[in-house]
Amino acid sequence: MFTSKQIHIVGIVVIAAAALAACAVQSPAGKPPALGTAVSAEEVARWDISIPPSGAGLPKGSGSARQGLKVYEEKCQYCHGVKGAGKPADALAGGIGSLATAKPVRTVGSYWPYATTLFDYTRRAMPITNPLSLTDDEVYAVTAYVLFLNGIVGEDTQMNAQSLPLVKMPNRDGFISDWPVRPR
Amino acid sequence: MRNKKERHDKPDTKPDNAAAGSRRRFLKQGAALVTGAAAAGLAQRVAAQGLAGQPWERVYGAAFTRYGQPSRFEQPVMRHIRLRYGDLAPGSGVALAPIESLEGIITPSSLHNIRSHSGTPDIDPKQHQLLLHGLVARPLTFSMESLWRYPMTTRTVFLECSGNSGSALAPEPMQVPAGVIHGNIACSEWTGVPLRMLLEEAGLQPQAKWLLAEGADSAHMSRSIPIEKALDDAMIALFQNGERLRPEQGYPVRLLLPGWEGNTSVKWLRRLKATEGPTHTKDETSKYTDPLPDGRALQFTFEMGVKSVITRPSSTMTLPRPGFYEISGIAWSGAGRIRRVEVSADGGATWVDAALTGQERAKCLVRFRLPWEWTGQAAVLQSRATDEKGQVQPVRKAWLAQYSPAMSYHNNSIVSWAVGADGSVKNVYV
Repeated sequence: MFTSKQIHIVGIVVIAAAALAACAVQSPAGKPPALGTAVSAEEVARWDISIPPSGAGLPKGSGSARQGLKVYEEKCQYCHGVKGAGKPADALAGGIGSLATAKPVRTVGSYWPYATTLFDYTRRAMPITNPLSLTDDEVYAVTAYVLFLNGIVGEDTQMNAQSLPLVKMPNRDGFISDWPVRPR
Repeated sequence: MRNKKERHDKPDTKPDNAAAGSRRRFLKQGAALVTGAAAAGLAQRVAAQGLAGQPWERVYGAAFTRYGQPSRFEQPVMRHIRLRYGDLAPGSGVALAPIESLEGIITPSSLHNIRSHSGTPDIDPKQHQLLLHGLVARPLTFSMESLWRYPMTTRTVFLECSGNSGSALAPEPMQVPAGVIHGNIACSEWTGVPLRMLLEEAGLQPQAKWLLAEGADSAHMSRSIPIEKALDDAMIALFQNGERLRPEQGYPVRLLLPGWEGNTSVKWLRRLKATEGPTHTKDETSKYTDPLPDGRALQFTFEMGVKSVITRPSSTMTLPRPGFYEISGIAWSGAGRIRRVEVSADGGATWVDAALTGQERAKCLVRFRLPWEWTGQAAVLQSRATDEKGQVQPVRKAWLAQYSPAMSYHNNSIVSWAVGADGSVKNVYV
């Protein structure tokens, strides 16, 4: 047991140690420095361009294949070919039903599982030399055009925040998630 | 800081005039002049005595340089560039490490493999921000200035594009240097902030199971990352081999996911969004998925398989004469440490264990070496790696049988180099 005098001495030592610690090297275990800056929902919305299969975050606007043809011819055809035939860049249409054959042809129509991905990628990365330049209406329209080329939507079907997530792609069920890792 | 220094010693920034500049400074200094004259006198005496000495032993060497370069005689040691769409998109494709010319474990930063989708962005670190949002209590942005103040960790790991060795699936074996086929791999020392630390600061919500990671390149390349990996060994990398990241490697900040397909270590990181499910981005659906013979495809095959390749001797090299050669190569596994590398000189009929360097490090390149006496007979050199999980590098036929003919990723099958009686080394399929 400590006597009251000993406790007093211990107290002084503790205070002295605390004073020293203020200028000594410390290891504050489990205490990250917390240097992030709070950000408003409005600011986050300006940054957030990813569209998951649910369609959450899809912007206002709409477009049909008929409207998209003009956008495609002006801004996409140079790389993706007439009617999405491909070359020099990837083919966008055709190949549906070919995946299990000796010559699989993978395109948006035959391979991509979600139409939302087409909108997301076109908006974030295309045209390759001028990304983020298309209006939301143009992205909807050219998305509709590529889906139309694959026989997935009609020529006048409007693609928008409500209709796009409802599009069922031919290869929707063609993927097996390997996460969590399956035993091999 | 660097600009300030440059103003101080301007002559050094002009390499072409460096020798002339140093000579001028040399002559301006009285004491040095005496020493210089004495040295010149010594050189003359040596020459007069008929002693051997190359020309560079008789002239004062080049001045210091601010940022070092390899010898001009090493000019051919360069990355192999393969573009996906030619000149249409000169920054879309791969630059492969010249593994056939490298030794040891660390890849020089200047020769690190590159896979980029829309070129290298020119990012001003003062303007760049990393946003962390989604299913978190506190959405946060981090300036680079603030990230540089966090406690850091350092780790040496490999980065392999999952498309590495896709060229080894060509119908006929390509007769090109090893790096052109298998050089989409490199190994660096990386330093940065554990991602877990930032996630804890933002307050990850329990329903957050994935993170969308997005780059600030013009492709805004993005991948969905399971939260388990983010909380395990994921790093917000800021430094590579001691210096700030190279632009081609994600300057000023990249995600680093040790052992996983290189594409998931998103470069030029601008945004991390905590989500319930994967976002199914273009680069985890249309690309980086693994087609199977039945037409379906595996998705989210993150871990890079156990693999090795002999880098010396390798395809397109020639052995000048029979005799001693050291077989040297690299091995790695996304699952952890390399336990063993065996080498065969008879196409896999018999195997001998190689000596390993660096096997104590997980998810890092290992250098293997084995002395070999080449008798002048035809030989087929192979290497076969085993990792600490007991996974063994598969033979080519077994690997091919798992997939559709469209498969181009995760080729970790055994590589074969045929040595002809003439000493030529060729790429062969065994």
